[in-house]
Amino acid sequence: MKFDLEKLRFGTELVKRGFAKMQKGGVIMDVTNAEQAVIAEEAGAVAVMALHKVPADIRASGGVARMADPKKIQEIMDAVTIPVMAKCRIGHIAEARALEALGVDMIDESEVLTPADTFFHIYKKNFTVPFVCGARSLGEAVRRIWEGAAMIRTKGEAGTGNVVEAVKHMRLIDQAIYMLRVIPEESVYGVALKYASRYAELSKQVKEEMNVVLENEVVYENLTLNEIVEGIHEILLEIREIGRLPVVNFAAGGIATPADAALMMKLGADGVFVGSGIFKSSNPAKFARAIVEAVEHYDQPEIVAEVSKELGEAMRGLEVSKLSEGELLQTRGA
Amino acid sequence: MKVGVIGVQGDVEEHILATKNALRNLQIEGEVVAIRKTGIVPDCDALIIPGGESTTISKLIFANSIAEEILEFARGNGKIMGTCAGLIVLAKQGDEQVAKTKTKLLGLLDVKVKRNAFGRQRESFQTKLDMKYVGEIDAIFIRAPIIESVGKNVEVLAKFEDKIVAVKQNNILGLAFHPELSSTKVHEFFLKF
Repeated sequence: MKFDLEKLRFGTELVKRGFAKMQKGGVIMDVTNAEQAVIAEEAGAVAVMALHKVPADIRASGGVARMADPKKIQEIMDAVTIPVMAKCRIGHIAEARALEALGVDMIDESEVLTPADTFFHIYKKNFTVPFVCGARSLGEAVRRIWEGAAMIRTKGEAGTGNVVEAVKHMRLIDQAIYMLRVIPEESVYGVALKYASRYAELSKQVKEEMNVVLENEVVYENLTLNEIVEGIHEILLEIREIGRLPVVNFAAGGIATPADAALMMKLGADGVFVGSGIFKSSNPAKFARAIVEAVEHYDQPEIVAEVSKELGEAMRGLEVSKLSEGELLQTRGA
Repeated sequence: MKVGVIGVQGDVEEHILATKNALRNLQIEGEVVAIRKTGIVPDCDALIIPGGESTTISKLIFANSIAEEILEFARGNGKIMGTCAGLIVLAKQGDEQVAKTKTKLLGLLDVKVKRNAFGRQRESFQTKLDMKYVGEIDAIFIRAPIIESVGKNVEVLAKFEDKIVAVKQNNILGLAFHPELSSTKVHEFFLKF
């Protein structure tokens, strides 16, 4: 493909992935109003995530969780100079387009909200605004990257204040990248076939219902499964070559303390999302600043110790293993 | 040659990689390090302040005295390149966003910068740009600033439409865009001058 670089080009992969790269080494904080956004910016957040409720409250209140009120998001955008992100439901193209029209700097297609599509995520290559998506495994990460995500984050288990699931997801992705590097190159295609099979589920279900036999039909976004496999295969070969995801990879979902944030950085995260942890703590400004410092100095334990002193009460937290299957957010959207 | 990339936040790895490749292309022996604590800046022959969030980078370098070391390095006429957020932090004068966020600037480059001058992320873009001494480059502008005015010792190296986007003042180079995301040309120029 030949590009005409004479012209201005908006929303290219370089521009979208570049935006995510500028967030590296930073902390992105969930906020629910302009006042919290200003506290986050003053503490040194690289961006804020504008929400109607933090995940812990979404979890507590139940019901359908949707995109936040655009007026609230606008107020937050007006209050700070750093980037503002907002969440849309998985597969909810209309919410995503509304957020893009509003001018948010990045959209989180998030399992924290109630999914709108059980088959597919948004085809994010069609958008000018960059997206971040959650992943529990390399397969999920690669599918989201193929769809056009400019940033990946672990899903963890949002709103629990419990880091265990974020650690699990980071380790699963790391081990899978290692495997990808040590298996013979010809085996990578088999991995691509496996990872891409998720896109055939809608078509498979309909074929079974209709009792028809059809091969190489369009399964998603005018693409056949074979075409998707090719795309996924290419991404896998790139990961094999560079030894990491080709986009920025943040940690998210249950990070509640400076030490949690330092732990995720030590495990190789490029940066950290903190959801309920800050504004559910007893001293949000101090907590926020401490997490920023812990991310910067994750490899200097004496600084992590220093900033962790007398922070007051962290958010209370939940034992993830005691949550029922239906209470888990991470299983939404694979 | 030892090149230090201020590594408190931002696209540090991208600058390290671009610098390593530039050193190789120029056949210069050298090492490139990320700087997240004090004591390393004085040993460097050149410094880079990367892209990222200027509010965050400024807070962190002033909190742990890396800022004082950079100022000392500049007094010794050391060469420094700042890209995007790095340009803002190097500047003498900021705009109302810099004032509102009480962002401290190093004041090493006699320019006035305007943050997020093109708008939000959806207004971010890439384009071909002609840069003096460097030639044509692919320039990536991400929530980029512009340079609104320059002092008399500042040489303008590139403009996008009528806006100043690259300048040089003695040994200090300031760019509104991200050369580290597209090629090594600007890094080669920086290491050579």
